[in-house]
Amino acid sequence: MQTPGLLDSALALLARDLKLGYRRLGELANPLVFFLVVATLFPLATSPEKELLMEIGPGIVWVAALLSSVLALDTLYRSDMDDGTLEQMALSPQPLAWLLLIKTIAHWLVSGLPLVILAPLVAKAFFLPAEAMWGMVASLALGTPTLSLIGSIGAALTAGLRRGGALVAMLVLPLSMPILIFGARATDLAMDGMDITGPLNLLAAIMFLALSLGPIAAAAAIRVSLD
Amino acid sequence: MKFSQSSFQGRNLTLWRGDRCLFQNLGFTLGNSQWMHVMGGNGSGKTTLLRVLCGLSMAESGDILWNDKRIDRSRFDYHSSMIYMGHLEGLKGDMNPEENLRFHYQLRDKQAGDRIEMAIERMGLQRCRTLSCRYLSAGQRRRAALARFLVSQATLWILDEPFANLDVKGRALVEEMVSEHLAKGGMAILAAHHDMQISGGTEVPVELS
Repeated sequence: MQTPGLLDSALALLARDLKLGYRRLGELANPLVFFLVVATLFPLATSPEKELLMEIGPGIVWVAALLSSVLALDTLYRSDMDDGTLEQMALSPQPLAWLLLIKTIAHWLVSGLPLVILAPLVAKAFFLPAEAMWGMVASLALGTPTLSLIGSIGAALTAGLRRGGALVAMLVLPLSMPILIFGARATDLAMDGMDITGPLNLLAAIMFLALSLGPIAAAAAIRVSLD
Repeated sequence: MKFSQSSFQGRNLTLWRGDRCLFQNLGFTLGNSQWMHVMGGNGSGKTTLLRVLCGLSMAESGDILWNDKRIDRSRFDYHSSMIYMGHLEGLKGDMNPEENLRFHYQLRDKQAGDRIEMAIERMGLQRCRTLSCRYLSAGQRRRAALARFLVSQATLWILDEPFANLDVKGRALVEEMVSEHLAKGGMAILAAHHDMQISGGTEVPVELS
Protein backbone atom coordinates (compact mmCIF):
# COMPACT_ATOMS: atom_id res chain seq x y z
CA MET A 1 0.00 0.00 0.00
CA GLN A 2 1.33 3.40 -0.98
CA THR A 3 -0.27 6.46 0.58
CA PRO A 4 -0.74 9.32 -1.90
CA GLY A 5 1.22 12.50 -1.18
CA LEU A 6 -0.26 15.83 -0.15
CA LEU A 7 -0.35 17.10 -3.73
CA ASP A 8 -2.10 14.01 -5.10
CA SER A 9 -4.74 14.09 -2.40
CA ALA A 10 -5.21 17.84 -2.86
CA LEU A 11 -5.78 17.49 -6.61
CA ALA A 12 -8.21 14.62 -6.09
CA LEU A 13 -10.25 16.56 -3.51
CA LEU A 14 -10.20 19.74 -5.58
CA ALA A 15 -11.40 17.83 -8.63
CA ARG A 16 -14.15 16.16 -6.60
CA ASP A 17 -15.43 19.40 -5.06
CA LEU A 18 -15.41 21.25 -8.37
CA LYS A 19 -17.21 18.36 -10.03
CA LEU A 20 -19.84 18.31 -7.28
CA GLY A 21 -20.16 22.08 -7.60
CA TYR A 22 -20.73 21.73 -11.32
CA ARG A 23 -23.45 19.14 -10.70
CA ARG A 24 -25.15 21.55 -8.27
CA LEU A 25 -24.90 24.76 -10.29
CA GLY A 26 -28.21 26.12 -8.99
CA GLU A 27 -27.05 25.97 -5.39
CA LEU A 28 -23.86 27.80 -6.30
CA ALA A 29 -25.68 30.55 -8.15
CA ASN A 30 -27.74 31.55 -5.08
CA PRO A 31 -25.04 33.61 -3.29
CA LEU A 32 -24.13 35.34 -6.56
CA VAL A 33 -27.71 36.34 -7.28
CA PHE A 34 -27.94 37.47 -3.65
CA PHE A 35 -24.86 39.65 -4.18
CA LEU A 36 -26.38 41.34 -7.22
CA VAL A 37 -29.80 41.79 -5.59
CA VAL A 38 -28.43 43.31 -2.36
CA ALA A 39 -26.29 45.72 -4.35
CA THR A 40 -29.30 46.82 -6.42
CA LEU A 41 -31.46 47.38 -3.33
CA PHE A 42 -29.41 50.34 -2.11
CA PRO A 43 -30.11 52.76 -4.97
CA LEU A 44 -33.81 51.93 -4.60
CA ALA A 45 -33.77 52.67 -0.88
CA THR A 46 -31.63 55.82 -1.05
CA SER A 47 -31.60 57.77 -4.29
CA PRO A 48 -30.34 57.10 -7.79
CA GLU A 49 -28.25 60.30 -7.89
CA LYS A 50 -24.83 59.81 -9.37
CA GLU A 51 -22.87 61.67 -6.63
CA LEU A 52 -24.46 59.75 -3.77
CA LEU A 53 -24.03 56.38 -5.49
CA MET A 54 -20.37 57.10 -6.19
CA GLU A 55 -19.96 57.98 -2.53
CA ILE A 56 -21.52 54.82 -1.11
CA GLY A 57 -20.66 52.43 -3.99
CA PRO A 58 -17.42 50.88 -2.66
CA GLY A 59 -18.92 50.27 0.75
CA ILE A 60 -22.02 48.65 -0.69
CA VAL A 61 -20.07 46.32 -2.97
CA TRP A 62 -18.01 45.19 0.00
CA VAL A 63 -20.93 44.71 2.37
CA ALA A 64 -22.81 42.75 -0.32
CA ALA A 65 -19.73 40.59 -0.95
CA LEU A 66 -19.35 39.93 2.78
CA LEU A 67 -23.01 38.95 3.22
CA SER A 68 -23.02 36.73 0.17
CA SER A 69 -19.85 34.94 1.31
CA VAL A 70 -21.47 34.27 4.69
CA LEU A 71 -24.56 32.98 2.92
CA ALA A 72 -22.41 30.61 0.84
CA LEU A 73 -20.70 29.15 3.93
CA ASP A 74 -23.54 26.78 4.63
CA THR A 75 -22.63 24.68 1.60
CA LEU A 76 -18.98 24.33 2.67
CA TYR A 77 -19.20 21.40 5.10
CA ARG A 78 -22.92 20.73 5.49
CA SER A 79 -23.40 18.09 2.80
CA ASP A 80 -20.13 16.29 3.56
CA MET A 81 -21.13 16.21 7.21
CA ASP A 82 -24.61 14.88 6.48
CA ASP A 83 -23.57 12.01 4.20
CA GLY A 84 -20.57 10.93 6.25
CA THR A 85 -17.85 11.73 3.70
CA LEU A 86 -16.29 14.23 6.12
CA GLU A 87 -16.07 11.49 8.73
CA GLN A 88 -14.26 9.31 6.17
CA MET A 89 -11.90 12.20 5.37
CA ALA A 90 -11.12 12.62 9.06
CA LEU A 91 -10.24 8.91 9.14
CA SER A 92 -7.93 9.08 6.13
CA PRO A 93 -4.17 9.16 6.60
CA GLN A 94 -4.09 12.67 5.11
CA PRO A 95 -3.86 15.62 7.55
CA LEU A 96 -7.37 16.92 8.16
CA ALA A 97 -6.24 20.58 8.18
CA TRP A 98 -4.79 20.12 4.70
CA LEU A 99 -7.99 18.56 3.35
CA LEU A 100 -10.09 21.34 4.85
CA LEU A 101 -7.79 23.96 3.34
CA ILE A 102 -8.28 22.38 -0.08
CA LYS A 103 -12.04 22.25 0.45
CA THR A 104 -12.01 25.95 1.38
CA ILE A 105 -9.99 26.80 -1.73
CA ALA A 106 -12.45 24.85 -3.89
CA HIS A 107 -15.28 26.68 -2.15
CA TRP A 108 -13.63 30.05 -2.83
CA LEU A 109 -13.17 29.14 -6.50
CA VAL A 110 -16.92 28.62 -6.91
CA SER A 111 -18.25 31.29 -4.53
CA GLY A 112 -15.55 33.97 -4.05
CA LEU A 113 -13.94 34.14 -7.45
CA PRO A 114 -17.25 34.76 -9.27
CA LEU A 115 -17.82 37.72 -6.92
CA VAL A 116 -14.46 39.19 -7.91
CA ILE A 117 -15.43 38.78 -11.56
CA LEU A 118 -18.95 40.20 -11.09
CA ALA A 119 -17.85 43.18 -8.97
CA PRO A 120 -16.88 45.46 -11.92
CA LEU A 121 -20.41 45.06 -13.25
CA VAL A 122 -21.90 46.30 -9.98
CA ALA A 123 -19.24 49.01 -9.72
CA LYS A 124 -20.25 50.25 -13.15
CA ALA A 125 -23.86 50.49 -11.98
CA PHE A 126 -22.69 52.70 -9.12
CA PHE A 127 -20.86 55.03 -11.55
CA LEU A 128 -17.46 54.11 -10.13
CA PRO A 129 -14.69 55.57 -12.32
CA ALA A 130 -12.61 53.17 -14.40
CA GLU A 131 -9.44 53.85 -12.37
CA ALA A 132 -11.21 52.70 -9.18
CA MET A 133 -12.19 49.42 -10.82
CA TRP A 134 -8.72 47.94 -10.64
CA GLY A 135 -8.42 48.81 -6.93
CA MET A 136 -11.79 47.23 -6.18
CA VAL A 137 -11.01 44.00 -8.03
CA ALA A 138 -7.57 43.75 -6.41
CA SER A 139 -8.95 44.32 -2.92
CA LEU A 140 -11.74 41.78 -3.46
CA ALA A 141 -9.26 39.25 -4.87
CA LEU A 142 -7.20 39.57 -1.69
CA GLY A 143 -10.13 39.92 0.70
CA THR A 144 -12.58 37.22 -0.37
CA PRO A 145 -10.14 34.29 0.22
CA THR A 146 -9.76 35.55 3.80
CA LEU A 147 -13.53 35.70 4.17
CA SER A 148 -13.72 32.06 3.05
CA LEU A 149 -10.90 30.99 5.36
CA ILE A 150 -12.37 32.70 8.43
CA GLY A 151 -15.79 31.48 7.43
CA SER A 152 -14.43 27.96 7.22
CA ILE A 153 -13.75 28.02 10.97
CA GLY A 154 -17.28 29.20 11.70
CA ALA A 155 -18.77 26.62 9.32
CA ALA A 156 -16.67 23.87 10.93
CA LEU A 157 -17.85 24.85 14.41
CA THR A 158 -21.51 24.76 13.39
CA ALA A 159 -21.30 21.78 11.01
CA GLY A 160 -22.75 19.44 13.62
CA LEU A 161 -25.72 21.66 14.43
CA ARG A 162 -29.00 21.28 12.64
CA ARG A 163 -29.54 25.00 12.16
CA GLY A 164 -26.23 26.76 12.11
CA GLY A 165 -27.03 29.48 9.57
CA ALA A 166 -27.59 32.47 11.83
CA LEU A 167 -24.94 31.33 14.27
CA VAL A 168 -22.29 31.24 11.54
CA ALA A 169 -23.09 34.84 10.64
CA MET A 170 -22.72 35.93 14.25
CA LEU A 171 -19.41 34.09 14.60
CA VAL A 172 -17.90 35.20 11.32
CA LEU A 173 -19.10 38.77 10.74
CA PRO A 174 -17.26 40.39 13.69
CA LEU A 175 -14.03 38.68 12.62
CA SER A 176 -14.44 39.92 9.05
CA MET A 177 -14.59 43.61 10.01
CA PRO A 178 -10.89 44.35 9.38
CA ILE A 179 -11.21 42.99 5.85
CA LEU A 180 -14.26 45.15 5.22
CA ILE A 181 -12.44 48.24 6.54
CA PHE A 182 -9.28 47.80 4.47
CA GLY A 183 -11.13 46.55 1.40
CA ALA A 184 -13.51 49.48 1.25
CA ARG A 185 -10.65 51.85 2.06
CA ALA A 186 -8.59 50.56 -0.85
CA THR A 187 -11.47 51.16 -3.25
CA ASP A 188 -12.04 54.64 -1.79
CA LEU A 189 -8.42 55.60 -2.20
CA ALA A 190 -8.39 54.27 -5.74
CA MET A 191 -11.37 56.50 -6.58
CA ASP A 192 -9.46 59.54 -5.41
CA GLY A 193 -6.52 58.45 -7.53
CA MET A 194 -4.27 57.76 -4.54
CA ASP A 195 -1.82 54.98 -3.81
CA ILE A 196 -3.59 51.83 -2.57
CA THR A 197 -0.61 49.60 -1.76
CA GLY A 198 -1.02 50.25 1.98
CA PRO A 199 -4.47 48.66 2.45
CA LEU A 200 -3.69 45.99 -0.15
CA ASN A 201 -0.57 44.95 1.78
CA LEU A 202 -2.62 44.74 4.95
CA LEU A 203 -5.27 42.65 3.20
CA ALA A 204 -2.57 40.32 1.90
CA ALA A 205 -1.06 40.06 5.39
CA ILE A 206 -4.42 39.09 6.89
CA MET A 207 -4.92 36.58 4.08
CA PHE A 208 -1.63 34.84 4.80
CA LEU A 209 -2.38 34.80 8.51
CA ALA A 210 -5.76 33.18 7.82
CA LEU A 211 -4.17 30.81 5.30
CA SER A 212 -1.63 29.53 7.81
CA LEU A 213 -3.75 29.35 10.97
CA GLY A 214 -7.33 29.03 9.68
CA PRO A 215 -7.18 25.39 8.53
CA ILE A 216 -5.69 24.26 11.85
CA ALA A 217 -8.53 25.91 13.76
CA ALA A 218 -11.07 24.50 11.30
CA ALA A 219 -9.67 20.97 11.70
CA ALA A 220 -9.91 21.20 15.49
CA ALA A 221 -13.49 22.48 15.14
CA ILE A 222 -14.44 19.65 12.77
CA ARG A 223 -13.09 17.07 15.22
CA VAL A 224 -15.32 18.61 17.89
CA SER A 225 -18.30 18.60 15.52
CA LEU A 226 -17.74 14.94 14.66
CA ASP A 227 -17.53 13.87 18.31
CA MET B 1 -1.27 -11.54 0.94
CA LYS B 2 -0.79 -11.97 4.69
CA PHE B 3 -1.10 -9.17 7.21
CA SER B 4 1.93 -8.43 9.35
CA GLN B 5 1.89 -8.88 13.10
CA SER B 6 -0.19 -6.13 14.72
CA SER B 7 -2.09 -5.53 17.90
CA PHE B 8 -5.03 -3.38 18.90
CA GLN B 9 -5.62 -2.73 22.55
CA GLY B 10 -8.04 -0.84 24.72
CA ARG B 11 -7.25 -0.09 28.34
CA ASN B 12 -9.61 1.13 31.07
CA LEU B 13 -11.95 2.85 28.65
CA THR B 14 -14.70 4.82 30.34
CA LEU B 15 -17.34 6.95 28.73
CA TRP B 16 -20.32 8.80 30.12
CA ARG B 17 -23.09 10.34 28.07
CA GLY B 18 -25.00 12.72 30.28
CA ASP B 19 -25.58 10.89 33.57
CA ARG B 20 -25.47 7.45 31.94
CA CYS B 21 -22.33 5.37 31.95
CA LEU B 22 -21.98 3.57 28.61
CA PHE B 23 -18.92 1.56 29.60
CA GLN B 24 -16.48 1.64 32.47
CA ASN B 25 -12.96 0.22 32.67
CA LEU B 26 -13.45 -1.61 29.40
CA GLY B 27 -10.36 -3.42 28.25
CA PHE B 28 -9.59 -5.74 25.34
CA THR B 29 -6.74 -7.00 23.21
CA LEU B 30 -7.07 -7.98 19.57
CA GLY B 31 -4.36 -9.79 17.67
CA ASN B 32 -4.11 -11.15 14.15
CA SER B 33 -7.09 -13.28 13.07
CA GLN B 34 -9.22 -12.15 16.00
CA TRP B 35 -12.50 -10.33 15.79
CA MET B 36 -14.41 -8.42 18.38
CA HIS B 37 -18.15 -8.87 18.52
CA VAL B 38 -19.73 -5.85 20.18
CA MET B 39 -23.15 -6.87 21.42
CA GLY B 40 -25.90 -5.01 23.20
CA GLY B 41 -29.43 -3.78 22.71
CA ASN B 42 -30.53 -0.55 21.09
CA GLY B 43 -29.07 2.45 22.83
CA SER B 44 -26.45 0.47 24.72
CA GLY B 45 -23.60 2.45 23.19
CA LYS B 46 -22.31 0.14 20.44
CA THR B 47 -21.96 2.93 17.90
CA THR B 48 -20.37 5.25 20.43
CA LEU B 49 -17.82 2.60 21.39
CA LEU B 50 -16.95 2.03 17.73
CA ARG B 51 -16.53 5.76 17.15
CA VAL B 52 -14.23 5.93 20.15
CA LEU B 53 -12.19 3.03 18.76
CA CYS B 54 -11.90 4.86 15.41
CA GLY B 55 -10.66 8.01 17.07
CA LEU B 56 -13.71 10.04 16.04
CA SER B 57 -14.92 10.46 19.61
CA MET B 58 -12.86 10.73 22.76
CA ALA B 59 -13.28 8.47 25.76
CA GLU B 60 -13.28 10.22 29.11
CA SER B 61 -10.39 8.11 30.31
CA GLY B 62 -8.35 5.19 29.09
CA ASP B 63 -6.03 4.55 26.16
CA ILE B 64 -6.45 2.93 22.79
CA LEU B 65 -3.24 1.50 21.40
CA TRP B 66 -2.40 0.43 17.87
CA ASN B 67 0.87 -1.53 17.85
CA ASP B 68 1.51 -0.18 21.36
CA LYS B 69 1.21 3.45 20.28
CA ARG B 70 -1.70 5.66 21.33
CA ILE B 71 -3.92 6.25 18.31
CA ASP B 72 -4.31 9.98 18.95
CA ARG B 73 -0.51 10.32 18.90
CA SER B 74 0.05 8.30 15.74
CA ARG B 75 -2.93 9.12 13.57
CA PHE B 76 -1.10 8.45 10.31
CA ASP B 77 -0.07 4.91 11.26
CA TYR B 78 -3.44 4.05 12.71
CA HIS B 79 -5.58 5.55 9.99
CA SER B 80 -3.52 3.92 7.24
CA SER B 81 -4.18 0.53 8.80
CA MET B 82 -7.90 0.81 9.54
CA ILE B 83 -11.14 1.23 7.65
CA TYR B 84 -14.51 2.13 9.13
CA MET B 85 -18.10 2.08 8.05
CA GLY B 86 -20.72 3.64 10.28
CA HIS B 87 -24.41 4.36 9.91
CA LEU B 88 -23.62 7.01 7.34
CA GLU B 89 -22.30 5.38 4.21
CA GLY B 90 -19.96 8.20 3.27
CA LEU B 91 -21.15 8.28 -0.32
CA LYS B 92 -21.74 11.45 -2.29
CA GLY B 93 -25.27 11.43 -3.70
CA ASP B 94 -24.17 13.27 -6.83
CA MET B 95 -21.46 10.77 -7.71
CA ASN B 96 -21.83 7.16 -8.82
CA PRO B 97 -20.49 4.22 -6.78
CA GLU B 98 -17.36 3.97 -8.88
CA GLU B 99 -16.49 7.67 -8.53
CA ASN B 100 -17.10 7.44 -4.79
CA LEU B 101 -14.86 4.43 -4.49
CA ARG B 102 -12.10 6.02 -6.58
CA PHE B 103 -12.14 9.22 -4.54
CA HIS B 104 -12.01 7.27 -1.29
CA TYR B 105 -8.80 5.61 -2.43
CA GLN B 106 -7.28 8.72 -3.97
CA LEU B 107 -6.73 9.82 -0.38
CA ARG B 108 -5.51 6.44 0.84
CA ASP B 109 -3.87 4.12 -1.65
CA LYS B 110 -2.24 4.88 -4.98
CA GLN B 111 -2.36 1.29 -6.20
CA ALA B 112 -6.05 0.62 -5.63
CA GLY B 113 -6.94 1.04 -9.32
CA ASP B 114 -7.57 -2.52 -10.54
CA ARG B 115 -8.93 -3.77 -7.22
CA ILE B 116 -11.77 -1.25 -7.59
CA GLU B 117 -13.01 -2.98 -10.73
CA MET B 118 -13.01 -6.31 -8.94
CA ALA B 119 -14.79 -4.93 -5.88
CA ILE B 120 -17.63 -3.45 -7.94
CA GLU B 121 -18.14 -6.78 -9.65
CA ARG B 122 -18.09 -8.83 -6.47
CA MET B 123 -20.52 -6.51 -4.68
CA GLY B 124 -22.94 -6.89 -7.61
CA LEU B 125 -22.88 -3.21 -8.52
CA GLN B 126 -22.23 -3.55 -12.27
CA ARG B 127 -25.75 -2.51 -13.19
CA CYS B 128 -25.71 0.70 -11.16
CA ARG B 129 -22.09 1.72 -11.55
CA THR B 130 -22.96 4.80 -13.61
CA LEU B 131 -26.00 5.77 -11.57
CA SER B 132 -25.73 8.59 -9.02
CA CYS B 133 -25.79 7.14 -5.50
CA ARG B 134 -28.80 9.31 -4.72
CA TYR B 135 -30.91 7.08 -6.98
CA LEU B 136 -29.73 3.81 -5.43
CA SER B 137 -31.75 1.83 -2.92
CA ALA B 138 -30.58 1.70 0.69
CA GLY B 139 -29.24 -1.81 0.17
CA GLN B 140 -27.34 -0.86 -2.97
CA ARG B 141 -25.80 2.11 -1.15
CA ARG B 142 -24.75 -0.23 1.62
CA ARG B 143 -23.11 -2.48 -0.96
CA ALA B 144 -21.32 0.50 -2.52
CA ALA B 145 -19.94 1.41 0.89
CA LEU B 146 -18.94 -2.18 1.62
CA ALA B 147 -17.06 -2.32 -1.69
CA ARG B 148 -14.44 -0.14 0.03
CA PHE B 149 -13.53 -3.07 2.27
CA LEU B 150 -12.85 -5.30 -0.72
CA VAL B 151 -10.43 -2.73 -2.12
CA SER B 152 -8.84 -2.03 1.22
CA GLN B 153 -5.57 -3.49 2.41
CA ALA B 154 -6.12 -2.21 5.93
CA THR B 155 -5.51 -4.66 8.76
CA LEU B 156 -8.33 -3.52 11.01
CA TRP B 157 -11.93 -3.42 9.81
CA ILE B 158 -14.50 -1.62 11.93
CA LEU B 159 -18.10 -2.20 10.88
CA ASP B 160 -21.15 -0.78 12.59
CA GLU B 161 -24.26 -2.89 11.89
CA PRO B 162 -22.92 -4.15 8.55
CA PHE B 163 -26.10 -6.10 7.82
CA ALA B 164 -28.47 -3.15 7.92
CA ASN B 165 -30.58 -2.97 4.74
CA LEU B 166 -28.84 -5.95 3.15
CA ASP B 167 -30.66 -8.91 1.61
CA VAL B 168 -29.85 -12.54 2.43
CA LYS B 169 -27.19 -12.77 -0.26
CA GLY B 170 -25.65 -9.52 0.89
CA ARG B 171 -25.43 -10.75 4.48
CA ALA B 172 -23.75 -13.96 3.38
CA LEU B 173 -21.31 -11.91 1.32
CA VAL B 174 -20.37 -9.75 4.31
CA GLU B 175 -19.80 -12.83 6.46
CA GLU B 176 -17.68 -14.31 3.70
CA MET B 177 -15.65 -11.10 3.32
CA VAL B 178 -14.95 -10.86 7.04
CA SER B 179 -14.03 -14.55 7.21
CA GLU B 180 -11.57 -14.19 4.33
CA HIS B 181 -10.09 -11.11 5.95
CA LEU B 182 -9.57 -12.96 9.24
CA ALA B 183 -8.08 -15.96 7.45
CA LYS B 184 -5.43 -13.65 5.99
CA GLY B 185 -4.52 -12.52 9.49
CA GLY B 186 -6.67 -9.37 9.61
CA MET B 187 -8.68 -8.04 12.53
CA ALA B 188 -12.28 -6.94 12.64
CA ILE B 189 -14.61 -5.19 15.05
CA LEU B 190 -18.29 -5.72 14.36
CA ALA B 191 -21.25 -4.28 16.16
CA ALA B 192 -24.38 -6.34 15.69
CA HIS B 193 -27.18 -7.49 17.97
CA HIS B 194 -27.46 -10.96 16.46
CA ASP B 195 -25.23 -13.93 15.74
CA MET B 196 -22.99 -14.07 12.71
CA GLN B 197 -21.52 -17.00 10.84
CA ILE B 198 -17.90 -15.99 10.81
CA SER B 199 -15.07 -18.47 10.48
CA GLY B 200 -11.34 -18.14 10.08
CA GLY B 201 -10.74 -16.30 13.34
CA THR B 202 -11.44 -16.29 17.04
CA GLU B 203 -14.24 -14.27 18.51
CA VAL B 204 -13.68 -11.81 21.33
CA PRO B 205 -17.15 -10.96 22.67
CA VAL B 206 -17.84 -7.61 24.31
CA GLU B 207 -21.25 -7.13 25.83
CA LEU B 208 -22.59 -3.65 26.56
CA SER B 209 -25.54 -3.24 28.86
